[in-house]
Amino acid sequence: MTDASSATRGDLRLTRITKTYGDFTAVNDLTLTIPEGSFFALLGPSGCGKTTTLRMIAGLEEPNVGSIHLGATDITTKRPYQRPINTVFQNYALFPHLTIFENIAFGLRRRGIKNVDADVNKVLELVELPHLAQRKPTQLSGGQQQRIALARAIVNRPALLLLDEPLGALDLKLRRQMQIELKWIQREVGLTFVHVTHDQEEAMTMADTIAVMNEGEIEQMGSPADLYDNPETAFVANFLGQSNLIKGRIEGTDGDNLVVDLYGQKIGMPKNRSHAVDNSIYAGIRPEKFRISLVGTPTRGNTLTGGRIEDVSYIGVSTQYQVMMPWGQEVMVFEQNDDGVAPFDKGDEVVISWEPNFTFALRGDEDAEAGTEVIPEDLDEE
Amino acid sequence: MSAHVKQKDASIPTIPIKARLSRWFGRNLIRIYAVFGFTYLFIPVAYTFAFSFNDSGKSNLVWKGFTFDNWKNPCGAPEVCTALGNSIKIGLLATIFSTILGTMIAFAIGRYAFKGRSSSNLLIFLPMATPEIVLGASLLSLFLVFQINPGFWPTVIAHVMFCISFVVVTVKARIASLDPRLEQAAMDLYANELETFRKVTLPLVAPGIAGAALLAFSLSFDDFIITNFNSGTLKTFPEFVYTSAARGIPAQANVIGSAMFFLALIIVIAGQFVGKRVKVAK
Repeated sequence: MTDASSATRGDLRLTRITKTYGDFTAVNDLTLTIPEGSFFALLGPSGCGKTTTLRMIAGLEEPNVGSIHLGATDITTKRPYQRPINTVFQNYALFPHLTIFENIAFGLRRRGIKNVDADVNKVLELVELPHLAQRKPTQLSGGQQQRIALARAIVNRPALLLLDEPLGALDLKLRRQMQIELKWIQREVGLTFVHVTHDQEEAMTMADTIAVMNEGEIEQMGSPADLYDNPETAFVANFLGQSNLIKGRIEGTDGDNLVVDLYGQKIGMPKNRSHAVDNSIYAGIRPEKFRISLVGTPTRGNTLTGGRIEDVSYIGVSTQYQVMMPWGQEVMVFEQNDDGVAPFDKGDEVVISWEPNFTFALRGDEDAEAGTEVIPEDLDEE
Repeated sequence: MSAHVKQKDASIPTIPIKARLSRWFGRNLIRIYAVFGFTYLFIPVAYTFAFSFNDSGKSNLVWKGFTFDNWKNPCGAPEVCTALGNSIKIGLLATIFSTILGTMIAFAIGRYAFKGRSSSNLLIFLPMATPEIVLGASLLSLFLVFQINPGFWPTVIAHVMFCISFVVVTVKARIASLDPRLEQAAMDLYANELETFRKVTLPLVAPGIAGAALLAFSLSFDDFIITNFNSGTLKTFPEFVYTSAARGIPAQANVIGSAMFFLALIIVIAGQFVGKRVKVAK
């Protein structure tokens, strides 16, 4: 394939980018490095600034402040067609008046490449649709259009491929399939992918690195496992999966561990998993990390006593319990159905326990509800 | 299954005649209305067409006998083809200029935010709302003030003027339905502004521009009032028909009128056919 990016390669660096629309700050003082060759996801709810960030990288918007570098080249003010960057648009934006072949050849032809057949056919093979070359876009199904949009972008072998909610218009089953395929294609062609999505599962499935965005800023960046296991903010803890956040105080230290008081009960947790600034914290534990045992049975690790099962939902792979704690907070516990039966009933008096290493601590002045009630995104907006 | 239905039929009481009639009317009312409507619309056209075969001699007011002579020799009547030629020439020139100018205005209003955009948008409608008789008379006095004699070019200028509004409105509607992301995608795929316009924007807006051009031509070809003020001694086809009305319109006028009608019909049908093929392709 013919390389659009021989001149500029390297990491993409966004430095102190701010973008405002009137009074609204879409992106606020954002600094971000996307390593070459990675599958990077910008994850966040509607209006968090992720699409604006993507459009600034593509050159469709210009930042008010800040700079964008690709390798050593400053591309902040370059026109979209001057950047070795291609985009897979949200609704694909295939040219309705051109055949699939000509859609894919468009970028190559604009760059003055005469013999496009080999490249176009090769990329059509890659997306497994060579038989559709002479069709028009409107004759294709949504999934097929999605792949052609991808083919049209990667045929140029850009230094950076941007994907703007590329799977949003597909049904769930097709989306799962395309997630795996996209990941495979990314490895196959070895390009840097920057993927914008509001679907945390999609981001976790595909990306090497995820930046969680909220209100124009990056909340936290890291591998999916890092973000999930050790979230630094309540927003991340709640937006990626579910979390139990329990108000507490750091009472002291014990070697590498912190001693934390949760409503009068002492627990331990590793020092380096605390993101608090003072003694007031929220202790966070993922629901599947909790274990439930009846009062009187032996437990390991941290324990909290005085729970009562409020609700039991059997959902196949696991059973979800709502446990009312003595201080009036309901915590969520997911138990694997290893043994095939739900051993606890509504009203049972229980103790919950977990390994201290699974605990994380957030600042006590955070909004514990942040990121929980994110309105489902309307894909045509933003 | 069918046996079951038959059994059921026997048990259904017969519907009284009156109810059946009113039901029939209810079901066919739209069709009856359509027949009347189309009759009303097409009787004049049918009349024109029929009298194009009239062996009329001087005046084409009464039926004198069937002949193909008028169709064989459409330029037979004095001046009819000169007038037709003038109309076609003026029509084509007016179409070309108004389509180019109108399309540019449509892009400006439809695509760019500038000071005075909404007022320009409104002003574009004004010529369509102004009575033609007023426009025609004002244009004539304007030309006279500038000491331009009425004739061919003043007529062309007048036609361009009133056609532009229609072109703008037609093309603007097409531009409004154009997804801006397509142009962004073109730019993203290494097309600069000019290439984006040529390769993506223009082909997608083209059907609107073609429609606008057809509309402009038929408006120009058909115009009598404004033309009559500004054409001076030049005679267009509508003017020819009007002036000959006094001494009897020759049957050749019917021939040309019918021919224009069928030409327009063919264009519309062809357009529908192409449109359908595109849709089927979709």
